[in-house]
Amino acid sequence: MEKMAFISPTGHLGFTPIEKDSFYEGIKKRPDYVIADSGSCDIGPHPLGSNDHASPEEWQRHDLEVMLLESRKLEVPMIIGSASDTGADRGVDQYVAIIKELAEKHKIPRFKLGYIYSEVSKDILRKKIEQGVEIEGLGDRPNLTVELIDRTSHIVPLMGVEPIIKTLDFGADVIIAGRSSDSCIFAAPAIRAGFPKATSYYMGKVLECASFAAEPFMGKESIMGTITQDEVYVTAMHPDQSCTVASIASHAMYERRDPFYEHVAGGYLDMTNCSYEQVDEKTVKITGFVFYEDPIYKVKLEGAGKVGERALSIAGIRDPYTIKHIDKVIEWARRKVIERWGEIGEAYRLYYHIYGKDGVMGPMEPEKDVVPHEICIVVEAVADTFANAEVICTLGTRNLFYARLPEVRGTAGTAALMMDEVLRGKDGYKWTINHLLELENPMELFNIKMEEIGI
Amino acid sequence: MVKKMIDLAKTIRSKNAGVDHITFDILFRDRENYELVKSSKALTKEKIAKLYSIPIEQISDFVEYDPGFAIKFTLKRNRPSGSPGEMDLLGSQQYPPLFDIEIPD
Repeated sequence: MEKMAFISPTGHLGFTPIEKDSFYEGIKKRPDYVIADSGSCDIGPHPLGSNDHASPEEWQRHDLEVMLLESRKLEVPMIIGSASDTGADRGVDQYVAIIKELAEKHKIPRFKLGYIYSEVSKDILRKKIEQGVEIEGLGDRPNLTVELIDRTSHIVPLMGVEPIIKTLDFGADVIIAGRSSDSCIFAAPAIRAGFPKATSYYMGKVLECASFAAEPFMGKESIMGTITQDEVYVTAMHPDQSCTVASIASHAMYERRDPFYEHVAGGYLDMTNCSYEQVDEKTVKITGFVFYEDPIYKVKLEGAGKVGERALSIAGIRDPYTIKHIDKVIEWARRKVIERWGEIGEAYRLYYHIYGKDGVMGPMEPEKDVVPHEICIVVEAVADTFANAEVICTLGTRNLFYARLPEVRGTAGTAALMMDEVLRGKDGYKWTINHLLELENPMELFNIKMEEIGI
Repeated sequence: MVKKMIDLAKTIRSKNAGVDHITFDILFRDRENYELVKSSKALTKEKIAKLYSIPIEQISDFVEYDPGFAIKFTLKRNRPSGSPGEMDLLGSQQYPPLFDIEIPD
């Protein structure tokens, strides 16, 4: 094959609904694949830890329906990575059920559905550690321990291209994959068709966030990538958006520590010597990428574990004298909680988010001396049970009202309570695992299923 | 004349880079403004540490990216993103203090 085209309608399927017009515009150009990733670790550890989706199923179904109908009409494969926000087995099962329901609803002619489970059991990892396998921490994290695994609820590895290539080999028309590297779901069909790895991974890298690679800023619009042996062309599909040399070069930096290297399972892409050329108003051509294989095949693991149950409440302060002494007010309220519950630590946590002062940046806030005319305080308590969190949160909020300041004029309450009510937050989770695991072969943790569906 | 970063840069943004880091991008429309800021040394690891009241070791990366006319740096988070007590889940509002950095002409 000389060239191949891929349409990318969204950087996170289901997160907010796809804008359909630019997708249909791209479909008219008859791409060879329709591809989107549906997961991200940006949504925090709660969805993976609690094994739930972060986006409403209605939006997930909307996006899957739009993509499925067009890809089946064109009779080209559709690939969805990181099913249902986390790529856990729950997400794969949920999306498979939606695809089956849509096939029936629209009476789609028979097609092959392939799906790939990727969730890894805690026992498999415990066994590896017992056998002496080192599971390397990313960044400054220490290597994985059995104790960390015990504190984790669910773990997913990010698959590389191999499980997707294998599922395409089985003849899949639609693939629902567990947790995947977003660039790999695009690179897999290109590599399978014989395009070089460097070109294929670069194409995946540039397409994975859809219209974020174009300008002006728009989300959820489609972009199209076309690959040749050593070039990638990327085109914006929205009438008012363009891929420009600046937008594509700057996208290389987006959400990554390093603009030159992109690591995937099995190797890394070097973009140091990429060159960018504007070929028409909406299209940029990129060349000059190189791919290096890792000597040992490793996948990234993500894991989240429960920390406690959460309660939240909201208060406001308007008195300028009280605002000026807000640190003393908070100290008073915190002290009152500590008197009854002991020092803050493993047993419980208490956070004061002071909007108007440093609610967004905390200790990193450089504006330390500004006195706003009002501030909002969100009190967040975390404890072993919601009942305890609720009591701690109530105590920590009501005492904002009773704070003792020597010269306060308002002696009937130092805070305005929006309500005398505590809200239940989602349970608190933490990213416990962000590690690299060596695999014996790229298929080791991935389990492919095939079914024929439709009528 | 002293200019401010917000007058010279096209884009100033921050965003999570994985679960343990927040990365900052300052993008310029042309080489001229990029080179002006780059050569002024108004943005260095030391200055970032001071601006954000953090130890310099918390800055994991600092890159001047010529192909994109961009300066990029990355901070380690104190806790992984989305842990209880989180203030900015996506790390998307940590950039505004960069606006007022002064660039001598």
